[in-house]
Amino acid sequence: MSYHQLEIKDLTVSYKRVPAVHHVSLELRCGSCVGLLGPNGAGKTSLFKALVGLVPLETGSMSFHGHSKSLAASEIAYLPQRTTVDWDFPITVRGMVEMGRYQVLGWRKRFREEDGRAVDKALEAMELEDLGDRQISALSGGQQQRAFLARALAQEAHVFLLDEPFSGLDKPAQDLLAGAIRHLAKAGNLLVVSHHDLRTVRDLFDQVIFLNGELVAFGDTGLVFTAENIQKTFQTHIFSGSAHEPDLAV
Amino acid sequence: MSLTWLFEPFHHEFMQRALFGCALIGFTNGALSAFIVIRRLALMADAMAHSLLPGVAVALLLFGLAPGTLFVGALVAALLVAFGTQIISNSSRIKEDTALGLLFACSFSLGLVLISFSRLSVNVSDYLFGNILGLGDADLWSIYLISLTVLPVLVALERPLLLTVFEPSVAASQGVPVKTLKYLLMGLLVLSMISSLQAVGVILALGMLIAPAATIYLLSDSFTSMFWVGGILGCVGSCTGLLTSFWLNLPSGPCIVLVLGLIFLLAYLFSPKYGIVTKLLRPHHLHEASLARWKRRDPTQM
Repeated sequence: MSYHQLEIKDLTVSYKRVPAVHHVSLELRCGSCVGLLGPNGAGKTSLFKALVGLVPLETGSMSFHGHSKSLAASEIAYLPQRTTVDWDFPITVRGMVEMGRYQVLGWRKRFREEDGRAVDKALEAMELEDLGDRQISALSGGQQQRAFLARALAQEAHVFLLDEPFSGLDKPAQDLLAGAIRHLAKAGNLLVVSHHDLRTVRDLFDQVIFLNGELVAFGDTGLVFTAENIQKTFQTHIFSGSAHEPDLAV
Repeated sequence: MSLTWLFEPFHHEFMQRALFGCALIGFTNGALSAFIVIRRLALMADAMAHSLLPGVAVALLLFGLAPGTLFVGALVAALLVAFGTQIISNSSRIKEDTALGLLFACSFSLGLVLISFSRLSVNVSDYLFGNILGLGDADLWSIYLISLTVLPVLVALERPLLLTVFEPSVAASQGVPVKTLKYLLMGLLVLSMISSLQAVGVILALGMLIAPAATIYLLSDSFTSMFWVGGILGCVGSCTGLLTSFWLNLPSGPCIVLVLGLIFLLAYLFSPKYGIVTKLLRPHHLHEASLARWKRRDPTQM
């Protein structure tokens, strides 16, 4: 079986000429769950933003299915950190998931029966079918994160970029979310997840990317997730200035 | 008992005009208010409303009291302040609210200075509180055309606007032109502000641009209904306010806003889901349920 893949070549992102992500090249396979690890200021969010076109690329290119990423905005979904969302927004969980369909429908096309079914399916896959009528602030943190995943699922995305989805979740919520992420990866999607709790890396990810301004290491978790790479990523300061205390309990 | 008093307002031409104007402005502003409440633009709308003054003053100085030129003057002033705010906040560490506050204070003052040069005696309170009972043909036409521009644009762009106001960075990642939409929304805001200028004046226009959606925000969890029901509420509320002012012989502009404010107060107190009185009256069933469970506890397991 041939895999679809997201290819990133020589990607550099700068803010006002100061590089945040430096010449990163990666080949990510669909069907896997990839952890993106690095200290604060390592450029994790910048990398995500570059992948979805929110910040311009200084150098480099990327392609998905062999065609340039900009051709397929609907195939890539960015899930921002939970804190950036206005949870008092007047919308229900179902309404939010329906927004994912706008990508498929465009600006005016009417909502069809099959769109409704896609929304149902997405809610069901994320185990939210009973919560569809709730206003979004009436969800717990883990449910909110899964509602975002459901929205991306309704969008028919194949690449999911999750920015710190596990932060602030308790153990049961983390397990549920991890299950949902596994489910999506098994269905042939590519999930890239920025993450800072090194203790859970082995359980969660097939592959890991170590990033600190530039790419430190990338590969299967079993091979690459070593004390040496962790040391290198969290204790050499390539572009981030301040000292960062790593959590080395692996 | 005769009911002629009830229908009397409909016999006067000035009231017919006023009602027509009120219904249109009420609906347009009411619908637009959904965006203002959600994007927290209320204070920005206030500042914008005041900054129209120098434009009106310059138009007055140059061309005298012609409705068309006042409109253009107000539009130019508002756009200058809106873009000036963006330029200052994007190019320095000054944040948007500070830049806007500063520009609006300067702009309003400049307007007052300019008006003092004018030999025409202009009543500033007319500018602030409007005169809906004196709507001319030109006013009605401009209200009509502005509503006809603002509403279809909002309806046509409903989805991208919803995506943008909900989460701008996700919207941008999906290829929605977030910045353009933001400027467009600002432009529409200015347009409908100008259409309310004559009707209820700038201060009270603000009430119409905030109260309807603020009310629906307490009643519903759907942005679409905030938009449409907000429009209907703005329309019905404004007309009710106008008629009340006629029957009770009160100033019309303030009456309109007070009626809208009263409806908001009712929602604030008695909204089924978010009303404060409703919340107080709701049985404390969670507490009672846990108390009952505690009383039934099994002593052998303690």
